[in-house]
Amino acid sequence: MDPGGALVNVFSETWSYLTDGANWSGSGGIVARLLEQLLITGTALALAVLIGLPLALWLGHLGRGGFLAINISNIGRAVPTFALLALLVAADWPGSADFGPYGRAGLATLIALVLFALPPLITNAYVGVREVPAEILEAADGMGMSSWQRFRRVELPLALPVVASGVRLALVQLWATATIAALVAGPGLGRIITEGFARNDYGQGLAGAVVVAVVALFLELFAALLQRVAEPVRRAPSPERGAQLSASGSTVAEAPTRG
Amino acid sequence: MSEAPVGVRSMTVTVPTAAGSAAEPSCYSRFVNEWFCWQYVEDRHEEITDALVQHIAITLAALVLGVVLAFPLALLVRRVPKLQSAVLGLSTGLYTIPSLALFPLLVPFTGLSATTVVIGLGLYALTILVRALLDGLASVPDEVREAATGLGHGRARLLLRVELPLALPVAMAGLRVAAVSTVALTTVGTLVAYGGLGNLISHGVQRDFRAELVTAAALCVALAVVLDALLVLLQRVLTPWTRAVPS
Repeated sequence: MDPGGALVNVFSETWSYLTDGANWSGSGGIVARLLEQLLITGTALALAVLIGLPLALWLGHLGRGGFLAINISNIGRAVPTFALLALLVAADWPGSADFGPYGRAGLATLIALVLFALPPLITNAYVGVREVPAEILEAADGMGMSSWQRFRRVELPLALPVVASGVRLALVQLWATATIAALVAGPGLGRIITEGFARNDYGQGLAGAVVVAVVALFLELFAALLQRVAEPVRRAPSPERGAQLSASGSTVAEAPTRG
Repeated sequence: MSEAPVGVRSMTVTVPTAAGSAAEPSCYSRFVNEWFCWQYVEDRHEEITDALVQHIAITLAALVLGVVLAFPLALLVRRVPKLQSAVLGLSTGLYTIPSLALFPLLVPFTGLSATTVVIGLGLYALTILVRALLDGLASVPDEVREAATGLGHGRARLLLRVELPLALPVAMAGLRVAAVSTVALTTVGTLVAYGGLGNLISHGVQRDFRAELVTAAALCVALAVVLDALLVLLQRVLTPWTRAVPS
């Protein structure tokens, strides 16, 4: 068979799938799946931020638990997202039961999402606070700031850009994990991909992939924009230190697990 | 046992005794379905080995592809700094795309094959490695570079003898991250039927086969740990000068 012809075929099938309004509406349609995935991603991000950030910021402030932050991110990377999802679904609890608007296997997916969002959040928040230069901390102490004031007025604002980049990485990770949930019949857009592949309908599979990828890029841009907003403290003063910090931040940035 | 397939769930109470009269039901029979079952590993060791070998082959091929592409790309970016933001931006964007979406995007070009998985994972590894190489090369102190030039090193010799060895620790850290996440991500290749241990996980979920699932997941983690340890060892061998400093 002429491979070029097959290629054109798949692309035209993808195009016709994406332009057919019927595929967007309905309970299993693209819009419903997209909302499902955005809902579960948002919920998981909120939960992970609530659980992970206070802990990591506090540990960073105390200067303890660096070993915890590093190990959490290492373990997170070695455990395959798919394997953890599969284990949660196969277990008696949480199992693959319906979980309100999150759909079948919703609770299992939500737990997996939160667990995989924690490593980048914790590592970055911890590193961000720890990287505040010692001279600045000494100056804060010298001005007579209490421990809480030092944290609230000095460490937190200076750590914010690194913390924000952790949130951004967590978001990327969450979106990827939520997509993989489809492999265990979880909620979200990944279902359009896996259903297409299961039926040998590669047009549908590719269409789902295009939507997932476009939304992923959009989320990344949105998060980058938010991160820039969180950065005004860094902008004004010495650009040298800013560059140094963001460089080490980007090394941490490689830490996230991928899904 | 001929009636077992019909109404399996309701029979769970009665059937084990029937099977037990002949022999103990194995720990991975559907009625027991234990999480850990050595019997399963013994009985299916060929299937498990095949999956493991496929997993290792895909992981290594993807890493080699990533390294082979990352080197010239990093050197090019260093030569032409204008390209830096474009290359880094592109790789960030690529890294954002979930693997379950990246594989289908490659399928029209490479079909349902191991190549699809290798290229997809190679691209992810590439994004990590280019960054790590650039970070590593940037970490070489200017004085060292100047000293080497003063000693008469040419561009190529400076790179091979001075810059690359000094960039190695940072670059190897990147390679370790890439290796561990590639091992984990290979499982998603099950979408195109080439997922190594991921195929076992997928089958285990569909059939609610716990022993298969746990064995495959544990092997994945073990593989990641072993690969990481081997890379640490390799780094020690490649950078003997760092051992003089007690850490």
